[in-house]
Amino acid sequence: MANTVLKDQVSLTIPMDRDMELVAAKTGSVLAELNHFNEDQTEEIQLAIIETCINAFEHSQSEDRQVFIKYIVKADELECKITDHGVGFTPEDQHNSIANRQQIHSDMRKRGWGLEITMTLMDEFYIESGENGTTVSFIKRMAS
Amino acid sequence: MANKFDIQVRAENKYAVLETAGYLNDALGEDLSKKAQELIQKGYTQLVINLEQTALINSIGISILIEIIEALDERDGTLNFCGLSATQERTFRMMAIAKYAGIFPDEKTAIANF
Repeated sequence: MANTVLKDQVSLTIPMDRDMELVAAKTGSVLAELNHFNEDQTEEIQLAIIETCINAFEHSQSEDRQVFIKYIVKADELECKITDHGVGFTPEDQHNSIANRQQIHSDMRKRGWGLEITMTLMDEFYIESGENGTTVSFIKRMAS
Repeated sequence: MANKFDIQVRAENKYAVLETAGYLNDALGEDLSKKAQELIQKGYTQLVINLEQTALINSIGISILIEIIEALDERDGTLNFCGLSATQERTFRMMAIAKYAGIFPDEKTAIANF
């Protein structure tokens, strides 16, 4: 695990191992607290990081088994860019993955929530995905 | 890195309370599910899960909570949650859990609402 600080940017590399998403989430939490995000927003940032890292762990099929996280701190926002070097995915892949799962209550599906949770909790959300991997970026702005 | 977690179970006459501590991921979720299934097998159909000491829950942990809701549904039982943070409650509502389980601020209210 490597960690570097470049002024307002922190870069972290985590292995795709059990609970390593917590390392990424805690780093995000510390940066959010240092920049005076409130408790709820800090928890939202942690959850978004956890869900995005878990998606990379479970679905990327990356050979290097690593996730690269950049935290970019600005005056009133925190941006996270979470990258894997896996096989990438399309929106259709995600739809098919969700549609194939069985559940008793159709509106209470068990899995496939990671991206939706992240999109809902963050103010901006982007995905770039291709054959060389995926980068999920999101921004949380400080509550006024 | 080991995630330290713990589950306390308190079985009363008509209901039981499961209190979690630590990161609710697949490991804690499966342990919680096992304990809930044991209670259901003993005839408990009114369960409270107190998440006050659980600061973070991932979507895999929540999927296991849904399995507990489904297991209780099959026996006309009820699951009430308490001690959720604002973000946890928002996530539970987004995932439609609030339609099939109760969400209450504290254990006393969760028990009173069976």
